[in-house]
Amino acid sequence: MAGTSPAATKWDAKEFSPRYGQDFRAGANRVKIRRFKMRQIAQALCAAAVAFAAAGSVDAATLDTVKQRGVLNCGANGTLPGFGLPDSQGNWTGLDVDFCRAVAAAIFNDAAKVKFIPTTASNRFAALQTGDIDVLARNTTWTLSRDAQGLNATGVNYYDGQGFIVRKALKVNSALELNDAAICVQQGTTTELNLADYFRANRMRLKTVTFATLDEALKAYETNRCDAFTTDASGLYGSRLKLAKADDHVVLPEIISKEPLGPFVRQGDDQWFDIVKWVHFAMLNAEELNVNQKNVEEQMKSQNPEIKRLLGTEGNFGEQLGLTKDWVYRIVKLVGNYGEVFDRNVGQGSPLKIARGLNALWTKGGIQYAPPIR
Amino acid sequence: MARPWESAPGVPFYRDPKYRGIALQIGVCAALAYLAYIAIQIAADNLARSHVASGFGFWNVTAGFDISQTLIDYSPQSSTYGRAFWVGLLNTLVVAAVGIVLATILGFAIGVARLSRNYLVERLATCYVESIRNVPLLLQLLFWYNAVLNALPGFAASFVLPGGVLLNNRGLFLPRPLFGDGAQIFAVLAGAVLLAVIFNRIMRRRKGFWGAIGIRAAFTLAIAVALPVIVLSVTGTRIAFDYPQVSRFNVRGGLEVLPEFVALLLGLVVYTAAFIAEVVRAGLMSVSRGQTEAALALGLTRLQTLRLIVIPQAMRVIIPPLTSQYLNLTKNSSLAVAIGYPDLVQVFAGTVANQTNQPVEVIVITMLVYLSFSLSTSLVMNIYNARYALVER
Repeated sequence: MAGTSPAATKWDAKEFSPRYGQDFRAGANRVKIRRFKMRQIAQALCAAAVAFAAAGSVDAATLDTVKQRGVLNCGANGTLPGFGLPDSQGNWTGLDVDFCRAVAAAIFNDAAKVKFIPTTASNRFAALQTGDIDVLARNTTWTLSRDAQGLNATGVNYYDGQGFIVRKALKVNSALELNDAAICVQQGTTTELNLADYFRANRMRLKTVTFATLDEALKAYETNRCDAFTTDASGLYGSRLKLAKADDHVVLPEIISKEPLGPFVRQGDDQWFDIVKWVHFAMLNAEELNVNQKNVEEQMKSQNPEIKRLLGTEGNFGEQLGLTKDWVYRIVKLVGNYGEVFDRNVGQGSPLKIARGLNALWTKGGIQYAPPIR
Repeated sequence: MARPWESAPGVPFYRDPKYRGIALQIGVCAALAYLAYIAIQIAADNLARSHVASGFGFWNVTAGFDISQTLIDYSPQSSTYGRAFWVGLLNTLVVAAVGIVLATILGFAIGVARLSRNYLVERLATCYVESIRNVPLLLQLLFWYNAVLNALPGFAASFVLPGGVLLNNRGLFLPRPLFGDGAQIFAVLAGAVLLAVIFNRIMRRRKGFWGAIGIRAAFTLAIAVALPVIVLSVTGTRIAFDYPQVSRFNVRGGLEVLPEFVALLLGLVVYTAAFIAEVVRAGLMSVSRGQTEAALALGLTRLQTLRLIVIPQAMRVIIPPLTSQYLNLTKNSSLAVAIGYPDLVQVFAGTVANQTNQPVEVIVITMLVYLSFSLSTSLVMNIYNARYALVER
């Protein structure tokens, strides 16, 4: 054996093994086939690499992308009554949902061309930044760090603040009595930070129990794991309705934070930022000028210069944004003005019956104020 | 004589399967590396373009949120995101470590029970395995969490157990020992345990009176328990306890075991034990019947046969799949997020990622942590396996 080369031994072994013990030409064919496959794989790899590179370098304007796609991808809540919640038939309703419909109406003249994508508190920003959604309308608080970190808040469509709900049986009248209490909260929210701040500022001890979703946190509160449940006040009213015995629970009077909620877009596309920002302003201006779903046809004939500019019968303001002249007409006709949307989803026309409060127009004692269209 | 790196006579190197194989492997590796490079480049590019902060500067920024279970000092006002990471990491480790120990014990018991000659025991074990294995873990966790929460009374009506232990739906509250001089007591305890282990080792080889396992165990236990008690009472060291007390809300003081922890632990242990039972059963069945018969013929008792003949041989088959069950348990602990237990994923990949808005860095760190957990578990189990492996000559 000493004289035999190892390579030759290998060849011999192959010749006699059952797998290789066939006609030699069959083996040659197999090699050819294998080589052909390798080439295919190599080609596929190259194609994938190119596609990857291409996907990375494309940076089209969001408006063009949306138009081309034919549908607006809207990051919505999915679990919050009044703001974003699909019903049993899959029809979405809510203040934020209607905001997305208004954007779609302005672009497509069709409020139904929206795909609602439910997002969680934790994945919403990633979804926006990776381009999965074009606009995030999910009761999201406008903060400095969010603006600085690649996002742009486009305005405030609901002025909110954080509050607490407790069981009536506890006989608590103020959040300041909650020293030592266990509090259920949703993770990844400003709520979580405000809670720690508030208890620190008032020298109270806190036991938080944190859950991934609002529903899980609420469920834990309902099963008595926590003494109190905290979220934005608007969410508290909606959540209270989800409890089995809503009347056994009471919302405490303290509002412990400023929560200006609004739609977000990603940074780097000023045109899209302007469009989303001005859809909200348009809805506010429409309410201020008393242009609503019912009278909008009539108002098209109005001689009031402000209404003419708003509805596009004068000037080309919509075109300046990259839309059409009648963009506000479309929004109001198909979705409504801010007051109508508010009333339908969270106000007196809804089960939540939240008062306008801070969200009334500036002319009516609130702080909702839109810059003029001119 | 041909050298191994030379091709067979008359075959040019590019037709030699050996060289072609090497070239192909280099090619594939290079393509993979290139793809990874491109992916990272694109990601970095996109992050920069969308003005997302990158880097690890957030590590030393104050966290500002509260965590319900902290094994190390942590406060929202002064601790950093880095500290929160360690808190989450330890919470994951503690549930995984306790879970692995308990799941192993339960799993071995069920696995042996499945091979029992007692019809009832065997059927019960089979029912357990089949029903638990086939229900998703997440559902089981939710079940346990709600079972734990709903079965227990509110804090005002706590069950008071002997020794000042309180049990309610906020958790299990144990008296916390307050050591006058903690280090001293720990030293005595550790010394006693060490002595007991050494004693056990020495006596293992003895025959006669000391050879009986019951006697040896009793003495070992006596050393571990009685010795510190005697030493502490002679030196007059007192252990005071911080007893949990019911306040207006909640229970104050004492050592707290969260219901979330209990539910997660129960879920993981019960679920993983079902898989371990099957692994153990397969291992035991892999040992040929002749071995048992031979052992019995030699006069070994059934227990001795199991302990000395069957299990050592079965372990060779058991350990590799057992390792993957341990890894599964550790990774499954990340489902904690659904029931509010503050593990690494909940605290770090959840809250920290969202507050810092740097999901890429945070998720990469989290993945590395789970990877190193898994690799180190594998390493330990491989060392153990090497000791049990059949030595071939």
